[in-house]
Amino acid sequence: MPLELFRIDDRLIHGQVVVGWGQPLDLQFIVLVDDEVAASEWEQELYRMGVPPEMDVFFESVETATERLAKYQRDPRPGILLTGDIETMSRLVIATGAVATVNLGGIHHKPGRMQRLRYVFLSGPEEEALRALAARGVVVTAQDVPAGRPLPLEEVLAGEGSR
Amino acid sequence: MSRARAIVAGHADFASGIVSAVVQITGRDDVFVALSNRGMSAQDVERTLRELASAEGIQVIFTDLPAGSCTMAARRLQRDRPDLAMVTGTNLATLLDFVFSDELEPFDAARQAAEKGRAALMLTGGGPVGGTRAT
Repeated sequence: MPLELFRIDDRLIHGQVVVGWGQPLDLQFIVLVDDEVAASEWEQELYRMGVPPEMDVFFESVETATERLAKYQRDPRPGILLTGDIETMSRLVIATGAVATVNLGGIHHKPGRMQRLRYVFLSGPEEEALRALAARGVVVTAQDVPAGRPLPLEEVLAGEGSR
Repeated sequence: MSRARAIVAGHADFASGIVSAVVQITGRDDVFVALSNRGMSAQDVERTLRELASAEGIQVIFTDLPAGSCTMAARRLQRDRPDLAMVTGTNLATLLDFVFSDELEPFDAARQAAEKGRAALMLTGGGPVGGTRAT
């Protein structure tokens, strides 16, 4: 499958994605799905600056990503799709019905969230949204870097932040 | 003690580690403030960087990786503060040069430090044992 990873990470494009996953997967393109970034040339330029010139970055809203997901999935090059939050990924999953796995890569602390892993903090509604994805048959795991073990959703939700 | 002149920001213990190396070599512990992005969201990094830069009146930020969240945050700060200079891909030679360039304006010192850091990278050895590499 050419799109190797559907990742939720509130930092979007950053070192773990470009280098940590990018090197072992030989990533050649990133699809960044975010309504705000898709509407801002300045934000797009900022994220483009963070990737090596040989790596393509495509900026999509949920709406345009829904239209083009099949095209990205047919791309033979290894790629990754990123969203900055659970809600955006959920909307994409529901709209396309074509996402089989979701990776929780970095959801950091903010008020109302409880720590589940070292790098995953979730509010009650976010936990419900993840359970809803799982109920649709999507395999949800947490894994910040490739060297880590993918933790199943139930293990994540039972976590108290020690890992 | 004089005010810090720059922030060093990066992944995990990169900043505190490289700043400790600067202090060991130069004895100067008043030049850099270290910031780690560990456990922080992009918004957390940006807010912390903004607060540090403002509190210390800093005009230069050194970061470790072009794609890193500290670099992204610094670029966001530059939108509001065009006077702020950023150097990414920082190495020890970069920071050492900056320490001893306090007679220069911050941007000029940062530019010179970046050049020194780039020039300090070298590759040696790697040839066949007991012979010369065929070309």
